[in-house]
Amino acid sequence: MDKMPKWADVVLIPLISLVLAAILSALVILAIGEDPVAAVKMMVTGALGSTYGWGYTLYYATNFLFTGLAVAVAFHARMFNIGGEGQAMLGGLGVALVCLYIPWPHWTIALVFAALGAALFGAAWAAIPAYLQAKRGSHIVITTIMFNFIAAAVLNYVLVNVLKPAGAMDPATARFAETVHLPSLHELLAPFGIAFSKSAPANVSLLVAVAACFAVWLLIWRTRLGYEIRAYGHSEPGALYAGISPVKIIMISMLISGGLAGMMAINNVMGEAERLVLNSTEGAGFIGIAVALMGRNHPFGVFLAAILFGFLYQGGAELALWTSIPRELIVVIQALVILFTGALDNMVRMPLEKLFLALRKEKV
Amino acid sequence: MSLMKSLMGASAALALTAGAALAEPALIFDLGGKFDKSFNEAAFNGAKRWSEETGNSFREIELQSEAQREQALRRFAEAGSNPIVMAGFAFADALGQVAADYPDTKFTIIDMVVDQPNVRSVVFNEHEGSYLVGMMAAEASKSGTVGFIGGMDIPLIRKFACGYAQGVLAANPDAKVIANMTGTTPAAWNDPVKGSELTKAQISQGADVVYAAAGGTGVGVLQTAADEDILSIGVDSNQNHLHPGKVLTSMMKRVDNAVYEAFTDGPDMETGFSVMGLANGGVGYALDDNNAPLVSADMQAMVDEAAAKIASGELKVHDYMSDDSCPALTF
Repeated sequence: MDKMPKWADVVLIPLISLVLAAILSALVILAIGEDPVAAVKMMVTGALGSTYGWGYTLYYATNFLFTGLAVAVAFHARMFNIGGEGQAMLGGLGVALVCLYIPWPHWTIALVFAALGAALFGAAWAAIPAYLQAKRGSHIVITTIMFNFIAAAVLNYVLVNVLKPAGAMDPATARFAETVHLPSLHELLAPFGIAFSKSAPANVSLLVAVAACFAVWLLIWRTRLGYEIRAYGHSEPGALYAGISPVKIIMISMLISGGLAGMMAINNVMGEAERLVLNSTEGAGFIGIAVALMGRNHPFGVFLAAILFGFLYQGGAELALWTSIPRELIVVIQALVILFTGALDNMVRMPLEKLFLALRKEKV
Repeated sequence: MSLMKSLMGASAALALTAGAALAEPALIFDLGGKFDKSFNEAAFNGAKRWSEETGNSFREIELQSEAQREQALRRFAEAGSNPIVMAGFAFADALGQVAADYPDTKFTIIDMVVDQPNVRSVVFNEHEGSYLVGMMAAEASKSGTVGFIGGMDIPLIRKFACGYAQGVLAANPDAKVIANMTGTTPAAWNDPVKGSELTKAQISQGADVVYAAAGGTGVGVLQTAADEDILSIGVDSNQNHLHPGKVLTSMMKRVDNAVYEAFTDGPDMETGFSVMGLANGGVGYALDDNNAPLVSADMQAMVDEAAAKIASGELKVHDYMSDDSCPALTF
């Protein structure tokens, strides 16, 4: 048995990767003549030290939850969906159409249908690459990333030529009606006597995202479909022998994945901006890949990783606000975390595996 | 006694720093970034000039994401920054949401109008400055065909183009103006390669002077014009030095002055609608050692006369944004 204990795989490796990334980031900050300890302090207090900080951290985390789950579901079927960005863009379009053209009486109904619209548009955008993969064998990585560009072009065309109000300079839709305003955490928590910052954008879609986590867990580990998805992901010939249709699994897993990515739009488009702007996704689709990798494709891991990246985003914003650390460096710090937890995973894993193996042998 | 003295000194120092922290102004750059050699950089230069002259510091941030627009505004306002200046029309929506929550903080937005009691909206008469450089372009052109390359296709840039075309036709009624836009999204502000391609296309149509009103894209326009040995016209900042002897002039849009004035006026500044035109030095054309050989005395006399007439109100340049149409140019 050459495997590590489960806790080492799930907890120890990400933790060591994080520490390595932190050390390297500290060196970079030192090199440009800033104080790394003060920087970390500012990031922690700025992102977690107040309800205002939490509000932004959780807002970003909600985005990453949806896109992270999207990548994770597809990954269980061994589909590498890197088109979350495009699917989330189209999801935004779905939300905008639902919110702009239908007069909703109350936000609860609007939220249900906006989420459906977002999921439908996101899933539709994932359906074409999925079909090409299932029927023609076109590689999903290539097609989904190309579809990101097509999505950007489609959104650009629709915003500039169709949805932009006359005379406006910004390529953005008009503001949604007041009735579809989603309650922020401030408004949700106020009746319970909890004072939450008014200006933070975290809103009710956080709860939807957490519910989605639970739903994905149920789907993957507690349903027949989830079993089929995992079986197909482990071995295609094995799944085929067991009577599982590869076409069906590819299509369904990608549709679910696209739908989840699209649903991110209820947070950033409906909850925060309350209008559709051109670059509303801002790379959350790609961060989702890192989140899923770091979370080991488990919904709970995705949840923790999403919070971590939310912290990095909000902490980074605080650094940009109050220090002279340039914004490019904040991207470097975020990139180091992705690099170590995602790409350089084996660098930590291999020595650790050897170490555990050696320990076990000694015991025997 | 000495204890008392040091106590008083400490409290005085405290009061001073508190005052400084309260009055510290803030500047927010748009997503294009601080050093775009054009619009944002002009804003930064204004703030820098204020800082050097007064010895005071200011806060600044380059945005990374859309969500940060409102966040940066609120954070600066809550931290006591006053006034808060933002460069770019894209802030209008966020500022409209935020301004009312901080009635004691003054905001200045450049290139857009936000109707709130504590907001100063600074807009420029770009059509007037463009008219002047248009006259110079027509005078300098040998082929009788001049070009215009805009950034993102928005009413604001059409306003530049329309003023330019009117100036060209005023100096040479038979001249031809070719106008192109780089794109329809904010990416068009920073696409020097496409700017270069458009310049080549306009040269093949006979243009021998091109005016770039395109932010970072203009760097490519000016470069290609210099490479192909025709004249170009810069925008926003003085860009004559980028290719000495090849840049006919630059249409100066004094964003730096707008920022400088807002910072100088401080928390007591007057709010409302502020128009920066030829009359108050808000726009103009650039003349320095780099382009002096290109500008003849006749040309200068003609442009200065027109400038005086526009400033006095004798000559009216049509503003595209007043009725979304242009008598001198069709888009």
